[in-house]
Amino acid sequence: MTARTVLQEADITRALTRISHEILESNRGGSDLVLLGIPTRGVLLAERIAAVLARLEPGAGVVGALDVTMYRDDLDRHPTRTPSPTRLPAGGIDGKTVVLVDDVLYSGRTIRAALDAIGDLGRPRAVRLAVLVDRGHRELPIRADFVGKNLPTAVAERIYVRLRETDGEDAVAIESDPEGTRA
Amino acid sequence: MRHLLSTVGLARDEALGILDLAEDMAEVATRAVPKLPTLRGRTVANLFFEDSTRTRLSFEAAAKRLSADVITFSAKGSSVSKGESLKDTAQTIAAMGIDAVVLRHSASGAAEVLAGSGWIDAAVVNAGDGTHQHPTQGLLDAYTLRKTLHGDASRGRDLDGVRVAIVGDILHSRVARSNVWLLTTLGAEVTLVAPRTLLPTGVDAWPVRVGTDLDAAIAEAPDAVMMLRVQQERMHAAFFPHEREYANEWGLDDARLARLAADTIVMHPGPMNRGLEISARAADSPRSVILDQVTNGVSIRMAVLYLVLSGSDPREVAE
Repeated sequence: MTARTVLQEADITRALTRISHEILESNRGGSDLVLLGIPTRGVLLAERIAAVLARLEPGAGVVGALDVTMYRDDLDRHPTRTPSPTRLPAGGIDGKTVVLVDDVLYSGRTIRAALDAIGDLGRPRAVRLAVLVDRGHRELPIRADFVGKNLPTAVAERIYVRLRETDGEDAVAIESDPEGTRA
Repeated sequence: MRHLLSTVGLARDEALGILDLAEDMAEVATRAVPKLPTLRGRTVANLFFEDSTRTRLSFEAAAKRLSADVITFSAKGSSVSKGESLKDTAQTIAAMGIDAVVLRHSASGAAEVLAGSGWIDAAVVNAGDGTHQHPTQGLLDAYTLRKTLHGDASRGRDLDGVRVAIVGDILHSRVARSNVWLLTTLGAEVTLVAPRTLLPTGVDAWPVRVGTDLDAAIAEAPDAVMMLRVQQERMHAAFFPHEREYANEWGLDDARLARLAADTIVMHPGPMNRGLEISARAADSPRSVILDQVTNGVSIRMAVLYLVLSGSDPREVAE
């Protein structure tokens, strides 16, 4: 298997800064904005975006974590997944613009689960989606509003997002699986 | 996890994983819609060969909060009273297509037999077998202790150094057995206090201290006292001279309640014999977490049902 780094630290920082600007622009400011990261790396990315937002517009954007494990439709196809805690900001999500944040957008099933989970937690005014990498191969009619990098991939390839908080470095790598066995 | 049959052999990390997962499940109960779609399409059969409204309702609530379908079977008024065996009942229910069996049975070891029999493919959760084990009760007790001691910061914590006195009818108590093994696995120091006649043979080999004097145990200021129900329905001989004597010697009465440290936690697995093993004042005191135990039971059972019913085809996943 060969891994090729496609985004480095500076690229990731630039992408998150651009996404932050786009979020502010589309929301017409930073009020009533909730960033919900999907664990694990989505939460870290949401926190980074929130830090940029706070610099651009003090007080803009609060962060939460949204675990979607219990809403997945593939629980019997994979080894048991351990859920992470869901943390909502004190004000909840009712009437807010929720921006879901994840590292990689692929089949769309995680986001489908996230939309279901949000429906059980409240009624946001709008839900948007921000991802660091969109690798294509959607299985559901879902698209991201804010994309760090579009990375057309083969199904047999894998995308690895590494963030310094969990992995010691910031990088996005693409790895091809010669046997083509892994989706 | 393929089955949950006993707390014996449950590894520390595994037990902590269940408790942490139950924290997530407890969070669900606080939401506007306290329901998850996780086990949609799965069917859980509650096979209760022995009466237990509390445990049955708790498992039922847990399964329904995870969107599973529930079939409930109770022996009373069923073909069991016509002599049908566990095997036949289990196979009949399995033929209706079920994914998990929650089994309560008066015979010790019934859950192990069902899980290892090959009669059914379903996951088996032991909801109490004879005087043997009641693992979800042990887990909910550990969860309640941890939550009471650490509150919101309880996730990931063990029970290292927590001193628990388990008091009363140890001989007939599967709750005591489940708790002894689980609590000590999690680092707690357990003392059993009971009349000699209600201590099982072989108790010396358990990882606990054993005493017969409740006052002496209280004087040591334990972090928690867990009062056990006197199981008169299982007593086919005289184990103590008189109920009043039992209450005097081993009951948590008002005087003993007053001698407990202010932060000692009072627990009881229910149903209680008020006035026998526990006084009404002790049961209703602010130190009592008896209703919390009931609430937490649902979260623990949600966690256990999730663990035995999620994952790849269970037949391919190691225990």
